[in-house]
Amino acid sequence: MTESPHAALDELELDALTELVNLGVGHAASNLRDMIGQQVFLSVPSVALIARQRAIDLLQTREPRKLVAVHQMFEGDINGRALLIFPETRSLELVRAVTSSDLPLEDIIELEQEALAEIGNIILNGCLSTIANLLLRTLRISLPEIIRGYSHDMFNLETPPEGGDVVLFVYINFVVRGRDVQGYIALLMDLPSVTALKQLLDDFIQRTAGDGNLANEARNRTG
Amino acid sequence: MNVLVVDDSKLARMAVIKLFRALHPDWSHVQAANGDEAIAALNEKKVDLVVLDFNMPGRDGLDLAAEFRKIRPTMPIAVISANYQREVVDRARVVGATFLPKPVTEQALKEFLATAVQRRQDFDP
Repeated sequence: MTESPHAALDELELDALTELVNLGVGHAASNLRDMIGQQVFLSVPSVALIARQRAIDLLQTREPRKLVAVHQMFEGDINGRALLIFPETRSLELVRAVTSSDLPLEDIIELEQEALAEIGNIILNGCLSTIANLLLRTLRISLPEIIRGYSHDMFNLETPPEGGDVVLFVYINFVVRGRDVQGYIALLMDLPSVTALKQLLDDFIQRTAGDGNLANEARNRTG
Repeated sequence: MNVLVVDDSKLARMAVIKLFRALHPDWSHVQAANGDEAIAALNEKKVDLVVLDFNMPGRDGLDLAAEFRKIRPTMPIAVISANYQREVVDRARVVGATFLPKPVTEQALKEFLATAVQRRQDFDP
């Protein structure tokens, strides 16, 4: 964790961001549940402004194995990247879950790339669209791209936006029991986007909490 | 009426209380950020109705609703969540809670309260 980035968002703004992610991922999980016909269990999201290397280390600690991710960039008032990450060994099981358990392995392997992109598109778009709608903003979301590698490959991409070595790391774990499917959703934003996000979150807090006094009271109580 | 609002997000609690203030300015509110605080509030304060979040650290909202139900069998309970998977909605029904999609709208809360007030009158005329 770093000092100055924390000052960028106060406690209530971080709370608001966590709640936005909660809403976005809740909707996305419901979409995934409809695709696979089984309940998707979600962890409580964690949101942190941390150094990029710290994000890599956190993911590496949880998942030292080779990973596969669906990656989408978003642009608008805020710019960043969304990743749906799985251990590579679990990705075929996820594809099997959304297609048909009867398909032979060679068909599953052939479908993997396309199916992962579609799953990622539905989950990440669902999540990002919910957040954008609640912030009353439009985000342009790129087509999904599949990335394979280890944790440093997930967060050290060559594509823009890059803007400093600090990222807003939003992390949530999801599990489909009985299917051996488990994965993570991560949103990465650089510092300029965090500054823009701060204003959007303040507007969201005012709309959601009602009057400014209520929000200010909450800020005073949380210090 | 005294309402207990349980959510680990302060902002989410504020949003629900804002709706209550719009619908019933004379009602009072108690807030809890987790299951332990909620159970303590239920035991220590007069609570007529509970609105609680599903996705919380520790005990989730439905586990908590089941505990509430044992303590207060007839108390109206609403569980709110953006996670509207069938299993979650079904579990709410099993514990006798009303599922409200999040973000909660004034209309959805109004409909829940109409049923809740009626239910309270049926049990406590």
